[in-house]
Amino acid sequence: MTPRLNQRQRALALLIGAAILLMLIAIAGLCLNQAALITDFSRKNLPPSLEMPFGTDWMGRDMLARTLTGLSLSIRIGLLTAGISAVVATILGGAAAMDRRLDAALSWCIDLVMGIPHILLVILISIACGRGAAGVTAGVALSHWTSLARLIRGEILQLRQAPYILAAQKLGISKARIIQVHMLSHLLPQLLTGLVLLFPHAILHEASVTFLGFGLSPEQPAIGVILSESMRYLTTGKWWLALFPGGALVAVVALFAQMGQYLRALLDPASVHG
Amino acid sequence: MEPILEINGLSLSFTQYERGTRRRSLPVIRDLSLSIAPGEVAAVVGASGSGKSLLAHSILGLLPYNSHLEGEIRFLGQPLTPQRTKKLRGREIVLVPQGVTYLDPLMKVGPQIRGGDRTEQARQRSRRALERYGLGTETENLYPFELSGGMARRVLIASAVTTDPKLVIADEPTPGLDARAAGRVLGHFREIAEGGAGVLLITHDLELALTIASRVTVFYAGETVEEARAADFTQDRLRHPYTRALWHAMPQNSFTPIPGTQPYPGAVTEGCLFAPRCPSSQPECQRAPVPYRPLRGGRVRCLHPEGGEVP
Amino acid sequence: MSLEARQVSFSYRRGKPILQTINLTLEAGEWVGLAAPSGRGKTTLCRLLAGYERPTGGEILLDGRPLPDRGVCPVQMIWQHPETALDPRLRLRDTMRETGVEDRLLHALNIEPAWLDRYPLELSGGELQRFCIARALHPQTRFLLCDEITAMLDLITQAQIWRFLQEEAGRRGLGLLVASHNGALLERLCTRIVPL
Repeated sequence: MTPRLNQRQRALALLIGAAILLMLIAIAGLCLNQAALITDFSRKNLPPSLEMPFGTDWMGRDMLARTLTGLSLSIRIGLLTAGISAVVATILGGAAAMDRRLDAALSWCIDLVMGIPHILLVILISIACGRGAAGVTAGVALSHWTSLARLIRGEILQLRQAPYILAAQKLGISKARIIQVHMLSHLLPQLLTGLVLLFPHAILHEASVTFLGFGLSPEQPAIGVILSESMRYLTTGKWWLALFPGGALVAVVALFAQMGQYLRALLDPASVHG
Repeated sequence: MEPILEINGLSLSFTQYERGTRRRSLPVIRDLSLSIAPGEVAAVVGASGSGKSLLAHSILGLLPYNSHLEGEIRFLGQPLTPQRTKKLRGREIVLVPQGVTYLDPLMKVGPQIRGGDRTEQARQRSRRALERYGLGTETENLYPFELSGGMARRVLIASAVTTDPKLVIADEPTPGLDARAAGRVLGHFREIAEGGAGVLLITHDLELALTIASRVTVFYAGETVEEARAADFTQDRLRHPYTRALWHAMPQNSFTPIPGTQPYPGAVTEGCLFAPRCPSSQPECQRAPVPYRPLRGGRVRCLHPEGGEVP
Repeated sequence: MSLEARQVSFSYRRGKPILQTINLTLEAGEWVGLAAPSGRGKTTLCRLLAGYERPTGGEILLDGRPLPDRGVCPVQMIWQHPETALDPRLRLRDTMRETGVEDRLLHALNIEPAWLDRYPLELSGGELQRFCIARALHPQTRFLLCDEITAMLDLITQAQIWRFLQEEAGRRGLGLLVASHNGALLERLCTRIVPL
């Protein structure tokens, strides 16, 4: 179809572009880790200028470096979270689809986890795991797998009754090949899209938990920490302390969400042969 | 009598992108002509992939934007413009769709037939329509999943004819129904026609078409190859070799198929699309496009039609 | 060889039987027509006989023994909607290769070589059904269950497919169960017709 192919090419280009941009942010943040911690009271509370595009804070730290470092941390935590969620979701979703009693138990578990407000669950797990980076990661990772697990379970249940899977079984095709060729190739795109769409959630939750003070420790340049610190200075007119890091966070989240959309468009079965 | 629907030289093509940005035009219907008189059931018969469902979409103005339509469609003597189609669709021109999936699964039958009209008048109209098809008033309170296949089909017809349309288009109205149930459904279309409306039946099933249609137009790879009266089939007065092949392939007749398969629309051929499979094909058949010409009260697209040369 | 449904009943939910105490025997070389209006469980009976579903009562026997659980099943079913019976993400060449379909069958079924490079989405029902039939005619197949396999196809394709099956089944002594609502078709094909 006319627009499909064009849309697909554009989607692919934008997807790659977004991925490169996010990777650059992650790498830049890693390199600027030291710069973000330098305090220099000779340049404190500078508004944005050419030299310091994001300005500096009350300790004279470069806000651009701090923002990039914070985003980088967020992206890495998001990556880890999405990875863990995907593995948990695949294992549990797959197990649920294979056995009826297990399915009942796991479905109950999923409902339970989904029933608790997300942010509350993240905070609880984070505190239970001793806060800090480990706490936040555990909290975010262990609370986001449910929707993906439910999706995988539904897909497998549906696939197992698909006439072409049934026909393949009766034609003596081995179980391993059916799973590998006929089932995984259908599940993988679903999983991949779900995975990318998990990122924005994970990043936002990490930032908000840290902002509320249940997450990363205050000396780490995380977006949540930066934002919560800046709150104290907002009333004194230091608008750049919140605006730029906040805006950057929104941009990264939006970028991930867009990537998910592009990926979905690319993997859509209706256009897969385009 | 003025025909209800008249189609002259209709061609439909889609613009498609090949690899990269190269564009090409894919013809799906070529030079189609058809007319339906009041009180008549006309059938269009073709194999799947012959473009016949797109005919319904063309008349109803439901084509996607990358399509290109040529030729003329006239409804009650006036050309069908997009604005006019929009006004007539669902009132004067209605579609009876293929499947139950066209019913809203979350809406009871009654409101669905009335289409959101809550007046007492609409209520009465829908009740009458259901009654006409042997469905009691209790049907109004059922959800689509509670209907059997035959009942659902009658509901689809009932909801199509509540507005007293002039033209009813039925696209494969009886898939999966056995002969008795299909016969009943077709009987309803016959009745609609007897009430003065025109019915266009689009199907792959020639046997079904012959049971109620007075005239049959045969589709092959996007082209109309013959327009015949129903009687022409039984009296061995068919004009086009493909129509004959269809007739002979029926289980009731000799059940002998011709070899080969239908080409794709847009296959690169200059002349007759059927020539490669035709038992009486001549070299000149493949050279130039074959015109659609009248012959013995019907029409045929063949240089050497059965039963005599075209004058 | 014989395929037998002995006192077979089936229901998805208690109290709502779809099939009740059905008895049916199909011998090698025999063509049995299954005539019934839609909604009477023709498809369900085919699914039971092919082993896709287990009966809630009675048993399905192949030469007096239950159907094998693994390997190529000697009873193969051909579905009414071929587009659901082929993996939409595989080119037909790969699907055919999976079970080693003989070229001879593809040829005899009028399958054009170019179709092999396409995905199921890009072919018509009649074309796909030919692939499904070629695949079901595995060398180990003894019985074919045909569930309205040509109901959605045009008359010429229908006649081509059945003429081919008549020849192939005759040569290999296959037994066929033909479920259809088309009485004339069953009359034409079958040695005996049973109502359901």
